[in-house]
Amino acid sequence: MNLRKYLKVYKKFIHTSLASELEYKTNILIDLITAILSLIGSIFLLSIFFQNNGYIGGWKFEQALIIQGIYTILNGITNTWFNPNLTEIVKHIREGTLDFVLLKPIDSQFFISLKKINPSGFLEIILGFFLLFFCIRINQINLNLGFLTLSLITISCSICILYSLWFFISTTTIWFVKTWNATEVLRSFLYIGRFPLNSFSFSLRIFFSVFIPIAFITTIPSEVFLGLSQFWKIYLEVIVATLFLITSRKFWLFALKFYSSASS
Amino acid sequence: MKSNLINRKIFTLLKVQYSNMLEYRVEIALWAISGIIPFFMLNIWTNNNLNESINISNVMLSRYFLCAFFVRQFSVVWVVFSFEEDSLMGKVSPYLIQPLNPFFRYFAQHLAEQITRFPFALIIAFFFFIINPESIWIPNLVIFILSILSTFLSFLIQFLIQSIVACLCFWTEKASSIERLLFIPTLFLSGLLAPVVSFPAYVKSWIYLTPFPYLIDFPANLLSGNETNIAGGLSMQILWIFLLLPLFKKIWSEGTKKYTAMGS
Repeated sequence: MNLRKYLKVYKKFIHTSLASELEYKTNILIDLITAILSLIGSIFLLSIFFQNNGYIGGWKFEQALIIQGIYTILNGITNTWFNPNLTEIVKHIREGTLDFVLLKPIDSQFFISLKKINPSGFLEIILGFFLLFFCIRINQINLNLGFLTLSLITISCSICILYSLWFFISTTTIWFVKTWNATEVLRSFLYIGRFPLNSFSFSLRIFFSVFIPIAFITTIPSEVFLGLSQFWKIYLEVIVATLFLITSRKFWLFALKFYSSASS
Repeated sequence: MKSNLINRKIFTLLKVQYSNMLEYRVEIALWAISGIIPFFMLNIWTNNNLNESINISNVMLSRYFLCAFFVRQFSVVWVVFSFEEDSLMGKVSPYLIQPLNPFFRYFAQHLAEQITRFPFALIIAFFFFIINPESIWIPNLVIFILSILSTFLSFLIQFLIQSIVACLCFWTEKASSIERLLFIPTLFLSGLLAPVVSFPAYVKSWIYLTPFPYLIDFPANLLSGNETNIAGGLSMQILWIFLLLPLFKKIWSEGTKKYTAMGS
């Protein structure tokens, strides 16, 4: 019953935001070119690293491309769902319109995280899948059911971690009001997700797996693709993802207690 | 008399914008942090001994990336985003009535932000030197002044390019997606992620004809004491400014003719 209501509301969300985004059709074309150029650029950068070395952090060029593919998919998801919605939180709080969200008979986190959708991110997701299929060909990975479920589990965990990170930072807006740039900091940290974790020095590796678990987001799914991953790593990723989801939810409810609406 | 008036205008604009910027100190500190991608790149380069193949020592490379960080900090431009917001909100109309091109206002905003940002950039550099004490160096005075000049010229080039893109707002209303498209070659070709010397020969053959290597690679090489053609680089920067300035003037005068205020 409840689930059906949420599904119905979500359909309306998709409908309205697609209608407003499709008004700027040339924008979508430009975004497509941007996504393609950005992928070419990162492969170019990767090829510079590999031009005189066979391995980086124990990864071959063909294997590092898998990380690039997964990064592109996740970046597309960020651009489609997380970025347009969570930057909206900042606006809600600054302009005091969060009151209207809280008054609605619907979960506020649901409303705030899924209200908008930006269709140009889809193109990036498709590009990422193309690159992944290409990588499966050149790395001669044989597809079977176990492999598919494992990669699906790890990638969905990555999406959960990514969402929680974004949501966490946007929630802090309730105290700091202007946190546009905090999301920029997260964005620049996420940039290292394009490279294998082992190519960084030990201290950075620790930082990016303990404090900000970017390591889990791209490296572990790619290891699953190559069949290199140990089971404890996958378990760990699942645990981290659930922990992050639960704490981000708790943190949102906690933060709402401190929200004083626009004129109070 | 007239020059006195212009002086006073510049001084007032700067003072207003500087106090404006000081209100958002945390935001600017966060923005400074979000520029640390060059340090992650440095970590990949030195951790995998990639620099041996391009004949740059570890110390010189770390100086290069530190300088790249600094040049980027003082040449960040966001005029297109401000202008797009102002033009969508209809704030451009009152600016147009004033006897001052509104781009001077944005220009002062950028300069004020750079002044605010300076101490934060210094703190980041201080931490960098604590971690890498062997890379401390003192450039001689002439080089230092020249590199400040070339950083400023790089800022000017980027400011002009973005202002030209911003003027497209008069026609399309959403010019920021064009800016995001232009940002991709800037990111990968300017030397922020990898020094231009490391690029493969097929890119090096044409890249020096584009403005990109003069945005970060040239000033960073100059300041860090890496090998570079000083006279050639500076004259190319000035050449690009002379090419872009009339273009901006042209598109500005065309655009303001095209401009229709809100409600008309």
